[in-house]
Amino acid sequence: MECVFGLVGNDFAVVVADTSAVHSILVHKSNEDKIMILDSHKLIAASGEPGDRVQFTEYIQKNVALYQFRNGIPLTTAAAANFTRGELATALRKNPYSVNILLAGYDKETGPSLYYIDYIATLHKVDKGAFGYGSYFSLSLMDRHYHSGMTVEEAIDLVDKCIMEIRSRLVVAPPNFVIKIVDKDGAKEYAWRESVKDAAVASA
Amino acid sequence: MQIFEYNGSALVAMVGKNCFAIASDRRLGVQLQTIATDFQRISKIHDRLFLGLSGLATDAQTLYQRLVFRHKLYQLREERDMKPETFANLVSAILYEKRFGPYFCQPVIAGLGDEDKPFICTMDSIGAKELAKDFVVAGTASESLYGACESMFKEDMEPEELFETVSQALLSSVDRDCLSGWGGHVYVVTPTEVKERILKGRMD
Repeated sequence: MECVFGLVGNDFAVVVADTSAVHSILVHKSNEDKIMILDSHKLIAASGEPGDRVQFTEYIQKNVALYQFRNGIPLTTAAAANFTRGELATALRKNPYSVNILLAGYDKETGPSLYYIDYIATLHKVDKGAFGYGSYFSLSLMDRHYHSGMTVEEAIDLVDKCIMEIRSRLVVAPPNFVIKIVDKDGAKEYAWRESVKDAAVASA
Repeated sequence: MQIFEYNGSALVAMVGKNCFAIASDRRLGVQLQTIATDFQRISKIHDRLFLGLSGLATDAQTLYQRLVFRHKLYQLREERDMKPETFANLVSAILYEKRFGPYFCQPVIAGLGDEDKPFICTMDSIGAKELAKDFVVAGTASESLYGACESMFKEDMEPEELFETVSQALLSSVDRDCLSGWGGHVYVVTPTEVKERILKGRMD
């Protein structure tokens, strides 16, 4: 099952997602990037039905870009989160998307923030959040070790603790994870934590 | 899986002498898992009118946005705030519009009407109003709340005593309900001021 979690640090926010693309008992690939860079200072980590996940997050990404083109300034993280919630809520009683989202962003005025948006469009601003079976482990670990104003080193250390716990205690634990960070300098990929590498494709 | 018990909630409103109190719990959960312990269930419509929404959090957020929109429009047209009785009628109408595909919410409305007379009411998810002279309750802990309020309520309490009564009723009721709790949020409203207080109860 897909594991997504994230937390807010000193003036950054970090989100982590597993990277397995699974169909029933088959693992299609184990380097699927589930954290989309929404714009320069926002990350959207999504879990759920693969088709919906990609379609919905791309839809949000393009609409966020459109706003910036039309208005000349980027959306704040709160505005992007509320827009995402609105789209999920509108679709909920017609054609629901099965996508759970953690939206992390950095705004110059308000600093880092993390928004929990579940598939039925419940929106809440949080300091730490998680989805999936992995949440049973990562939320408890974060409850124990999290404190406000963590440094990047402390946060990544906590993230690694969570990944180790998921790997050792979840029966269908995903082997690989991707970690992305957003701070005043922008959204970027921080690291991959791989325990299984995809075999190299033989050249023709 | 009961849809009204998906997120967990507890709401109570009580009438005092020329004042009222409205209180809620602070837990946001997804069935057995707690997501946040600082969820706001009570919103201010205007200085003398408060709305609490229990039930499914996503519908509570959607309904709140629609009601704030309607109230702002009313303010623009009528150049005054809505009376609590009028607002209750508006909420009831909006809920009944969705009679065959309802919002899974139970609102609690509390306000000061003409001559500073306190007004409280609750309604079911399809808008059946329930006016009361003493107290109204809603949420997963509603049965416990009925019992606690019935035994603790007295007529014409002053704001300080009303705050104590509402707080004790809320905390003792949510302690018997696993889906609500993690503290409390109490608003005591008199004609001159609004006092917002956060309660620390059993954090489980």
